[in-house]
Amino acid sequence: MTATVLHRPGLARIRTARAPLYRICLGFVLLVVLLALLAPWLAPYDPNTVDLGNALAGPSGEHLLGVDASGRDTLSRLMTGARTSLLGPLGVVAFSTLAGVAVGVLAAWRGGWLDSVLSRSTELIFAFPGMLLAILIVAVYGEGLLAPVIALAVAYLPYVSRLTRSLVLAERERPYVEAYQVQGHSGLQICLRHVVPSIAPVILAQSTINFGYALLDLAGLAFLGLGVPALTPDWGRMVFDGQSAIQQGYPLSAVVPCAAIVLTVVAFNVVGERWADQVSRRDR
Amino acid sequence: MPPMPEAAAPAAPPEDSPRTVLQVVGLRRTYGSVQAVDDVSFRLAEGGSLGIVGESGSGKTTTARIVVGLERADAGRVLVHGQDRTRAQRGRAARLARAREVQMVFQDPFLSLDPRTTVGAVLRETLRLHFPDGDHPRRIAELLEQVGLGSREAGALPRQLSGGQRQRVAIARALAVEPSVLVLDEAVAALDVSVQAQILNLLSDIREQTGIGYLFITHDLGVVRCVTDQVIVMRHGAIVEAGATAEVLARPQHPYTRLLLDSVPRPGWDPRGIAAARRAL
Amino acid sequence: MTTPSKTAPKTAPKTLDIQAFRLHLPGAVRPVLTGVDLFVDAGETVALVGESGSGKSLTSRSVLGLLPPGAGTEGTVRVNGEDVLTMTPEQLRGLRTGTASMIFQDPRAAINPLRRIGDFLTESLRLNTRTDRAAATARATEMLDAVGLTAKVLRQYPGQLSGGMLQRVMIAAALMGDPALILADEPTTALDVTTQAEVVALLADLRERFGTGLLFVTHDLGLAAAISDRVYVMYAGRIAETGPAEALFGRPLHPYTAALLDSTPRLDAPQGRLAAIEGRPPSLRDEVPGCPFAARCPLATFLCSQQAPALLPVVGEPTRRTACHHSDQLREMSTDATHA
Repeated sequence: MTATVLHRPGLARIRTARAPLYRICLGFVLLVVLLALLAPWLAPYDPNTVDLGNALAGPSGEHLLGVDASGRDTLSRLMTGARTSLLGPLGVVAFSTLAGVAVGVLAAWRGGWLDSVLSRSTELIFAFPGMLLAILIVAVYGEGLLAPVIALAVAYLPYVSRLTRSLVLAERERPYVEAYQVQGHSGLQICLRHVVPSIAPVILAQSTINFGYALLDLAGLAFLGLGVPALTPDWGRMVFDGQSAIQQGYPLSAVVPCAAIVLTVVAFNVVGERWADQVSRRDR
Repeated sequence: MPPMPEAAAPAAPPEDSPRTVLQVVGLRRTYGSVQAVDDVSFRLAEGGSLGIVGESGSGKTTTARIVVGLERADAGRVLVHGQDRTRAQRGRAARLARAREVQMVFQDPFLSLDPRTTVGAVLRETLRLHFPDGDHPRRIAELLEQVGLGSREAGALPRQLSGGQRQRVAIARALAVEPSVLVLDEAVAALDVSVQAQILNLLSDIREQTGIGYLFITHDLGVVRCVTDQVIVMRHGAIVEAGATAEVLARPQHPYTRLLLDSVPRPGWDPRGIAAARRAL
Repeated sequence: MTTPSKTAPKTAPKTLDIQAFRLHLPGAVRPVLTGVDLFVDAGETVALVGESGSGKSLTSRSVLGLLPPGAGTEGTVRVNGEDVLTMTPEQLRGLRTGTASMIFQDPRAAINPLRRIGDFLTESLRLNTRTDRAAATARATEMLDAVGLTAKVLRQYPGQLSGGMLQRVMIAAALMGDPALILADEPTTALDVTTQAEVVALLADLRERFGTGLLFVTHDLGLAAAISDRVYVMYAGRIAETGPAEALFGRPLHPYTAALLDSTPRLDAPQGRLAAIEGRPPSLRDEVPGCPFAARCPLATFLCSQQAPALLPVVGEPTRRTACHHSDQLREMSTDATHA
């Protein structure tokens, strides 16, 4: 019943004979996370050490992915940058999921005027471009990761809350919820113990997909020079730093973080779609 | 004829008339222009079993849901042991007290259990809520034995059980609260004939042992005959006939009751005559 | 209605003739259907009775070639002499739009709620036989009239009709292609008892008028007894017993039929506890070397658990067949009862 919500075409549907797209993507996601966690120990150089003599050097045994215009090692910046680039979306997803589930459950369970108020106000956020909201908040609060993360979390909240609302509405129609009511359990108990756990896999799958988009949005903000402070390594920032080098004919320092962003987003989406597929299949 | 069955069956006058456990007075409920429940009143004697018979749209399910508290009545009262339970009450204690008055077994045993909760956990949850200080493992074993399940089923998830076993779990869950009245809403309709017989026998055993009262909602006259001693027949939201089950089934007074009885298929059945009678009514 | 015996030579092929049908599903240890022998003559009403999981619906769906994915079959399923199991997809489509049609349990689930009744009725005729719209509509009006509905219904949506009316529409749709055989899979289970009588009366009328063979799949013994000429009782994918309805329910010769009758709450039986059948049917994951009912059967002996009984004609009653090693005991019991 709830499966209809999830039925959308995606990369995970491409299933040639035993093509392990999902496994490759899951592996890639794990690899990126691992690299980010272990970056301080694995990175060959300090990401901010400037070696101007080597600026714009190509790949070599010393610098595997070359050196950028300011003479910093691209590989080290990529690995260290993975931390901010993953931490930001994680914050966005964590906040938007928690708040979105709370709003969605409340709207669906209570219904009536509260549902109207919550649903209309989240739709208001829908109408407002998330990036614009983020730029606005960053402009007010200045540099730092927190402001764009909160802005994007607010922008992503409606996706989660709408999904949650429809799932809870379907779930509360099921007779077992009434059975618990008859038994004397309070609405809050039934929600927390039974309804939310049974819809959680679907929400988590959606959040995984959101993670990819949030990464993309944050990289976009960083590219615009918003959010991440200048010296902090970040993939979006690296693309921004590398654009002048592209004009000089040395595209590598911009292309590498671009590829990292694209591959990570695709990997997260494939994994998320696959989880969503699995959940809907189990429900059937 | 007043549509109110008396608490005592006329066939067997008891020494001292049993007390009324559930009394419903003048229940009404409308949905838009549809009068779903229209001035319904009845009484259920302590340890008695009252059947409500009717077709879809007769208001029998709405009546049951109002008695349980899943639906609100526009007018009328539902009294359990003389206490009105239709009035809005707030707070945990009131909620639990209401739950101990009336419990319910739903039609579909595949949907009325949370698919992710094991049988033991379902019962433990209820016992914790209502009897926080009780000896739960012992009580769970007792309840499972009472409904004919073993300790092996305690660890099972609903999807690992058959339809009959699930309905047994649902009955055990309702009994765990130790209610005065058990409402059974088409509780055997979704089961196979052989399993249905097992559950019907189980239900009459439980009534004998515990003295619990049954409000049995069904469309099946054979089932009514099997498990109830009083019956009311509903049509278009109103009661058309009421009385002792054996009496009503043997000598139906209302033409609609007669039509229902004739509609039960049996050898030598005349569907054309029934169709004609239905149109005439 | 006379019931010709199975061995009698006949020139015209039977409307439906299933022989030694066996159906195997991937993942199941034993076949879902084994040795199913069943026939329906022209204009005959045959009931197929069983509980859920007995294979009764699977049997009726197989007649239209609606097999579950991955199913392996043996034996033959002939409709008007043509084997359904070897048909090409094209032939199957012809079969489903013409020779045989099906009435489903829940009419609300089987009709697209967003299309008008008229579209629903004429669609398959127009798409598969290239009948023009006017002719198809005329045919639909005729069939609606046959089921007691007016042409007004053509312009209505399924949501505007009651369950009983919708099931009439389903029956009209089944009649559109002028079928020789109608398969009715629990057609009245979702309906109220009084509506059920109306639908059954209608089916009986139509059978007389059009001479259609009817295979009525149901779990309701009373209903099967009331409407059919002959009855097949299925248990765990096998035919347990078959014969004329009256004889079969009056004097069952298979312990399962007897137990099923005893466990049904009836209006004419003595009041009191029901004789429930303890236990449950064997799961598809269990190998069943002997009689599938042995574990629940009061008459079961060692032989029953070792060797599956064949469906054999009953001595002295050529129209009845039963698959039980101990049916003679049941015969004695029932004759004792009548003498006593």
